[in-house]
Amino acid sequence: MNFFRQALAIAGKDLRSEVRSKETVNASLSFALVILLLFSFAFDPSAEATREMAGGLLWLVFAFAGTLILNRSFARELVNDCLDALISSPASGAQLFLGKCLANYVLLLIVESVCLPIFIVFYDAHWPKQAWLLFVVMLLGTWGITVIGTLFSAMTVNLRLRELMLPTLIYPMLIPALMGAIQLSTVLIAGEPLGADNQVWFRLLVGFDVIFTILAVGLVEIVLVG
Amino acid sequence: MTAVAIEGVWKFYGDYPALKDISFNVDGGACLALLGRNGAGKTTLLRILAGLSKTAKGSITILGADARAEKTRQKIGVLGHGIGVYEELSAFENLKLFAKLYDMSDPQKTALEWLERTGLERVKDGLVREFSRGMRQRLAVARAFLHNPSLLLLDEPFTALDDRAIAVLQGLLKTALEEGRTIIMSTHQLREALELATDVALINRGKLAFRGERTREMLEDPGWLYRHYGEA
Repeated sequence: MNFFRQALAIAGKDLRSEVRSKETVNASLSFALVILLLFSFAFDPSAEATREMAGGLLWLVFAFAGTLILNRSFARELVNDCLDALISSPASGAQLFLGKCLANYVLLLIVESVCLPIFIVFYDAHWPKQAWLLFVVMLLGTWGITVIGTLFSAMTVNLRLRELMLPTLIYPMLIPALMGAIQLSTVLIAGEPLGADNQVWFRLLVGFDVIFTILAVGLVEIVLVG
Repeated sequence: MTAVAIEGVWKFYGDYPALKDISFNVDGGACLALLGRNGAGKTTLLRILAGLSKTAKGSITILGADARAEKTRQKIGVLGHGIGVYEELSAFENLKLFAKLYDMSDPQKTALEWLERTGLERVKDGLVREFSRGMRQRLAVARAFLHNPSLLLLDEPFTALDDRAIAVLQGLLKTALEEGRTIIMSTHQLREALELATDVALINRGKLAFRGERTREMLEDPGWLYRHYGEA
């Protein structure tokens, strides 16, 4: 239980700091809304072709906006050398990582929950019949973005160009998860039922999340201490 | 009993050797003043002892275990260059967080106790970003001491402290020594350090230049050690 107690203490600390400063959620949300607006100008929302790429547009917004949250995840620990205080505490790298992941996950889901209804309005889409399935896809896809993003946020925290490096490094890694989330979201937003041929994307998403969570938890100690 | 055993430690930054074959022991209950000029390698050695960095070669044993072992970190208190507390949290929230991370049985009680000991109980709900420099430093001291560590690693602990924070820290260090805890502190403030120290280690350009007990001669003339063992 101590493992989760310490991870939750770190997550709680990050969320409390964010509630007070609102530095990343405000930036991420504003950015997401601007992209949604620009995409609605760039693509005719009523066109069939646009509906066919609805999932892609949605997940591009989530991925771009998410980077702003993930970039700050470890960078905020540099102020007052707080990262050193955390690493020298008995909390393991895995606890630190999972605490950070949980906080980032919650923040990303908040941004996505605001963006989804706006997306549906802008793109003249209908609320999906299987909305709960879309939420499951969002939960799985967002966890994938969070795990990879948090690990690379730790890796790039001491780089001068970390704001540029993080998206450059994580987007290629995220391709499998984003492909799965995009395919499934497009089908669900179009109001079509998920067929057997879509099961493979679900399995891909779940597999991606499990594999990269285990890898990240195993590697984070090396990333943080060397 | 040996509290810290440093055996043939090397550390490189790129090709530059920051530490060259450093070996010495520190006995339990001793207070070691780690001396040396800027860039000598004092902070590098303290970071390795704190588990914040790894050696290229050599080994470190702290209280009988590896420096990065969880049970070792439980027994170490680190006060580095940064204060290590969060600007967006209150003093109480900061100490409660670290009390949880150090697995204290009653984090709330521990946090309140240390706010009182460092004279911050009146501002316990104030955010750190609103604190004066002196208040922040006292909070940092409380963070480093709150889990009653057996080994204290202090990097330039008296630098930039105000009078009240110096008094708080000196009081805590004297109590820690009376209780048999081990202290390793790097410093440029020779007089304050030597008054407290039982042992001295001088590092010169990454090499151990002197290791021995603090003598009366050093107290009377703090510059003596540098003149005899340091660079000209």
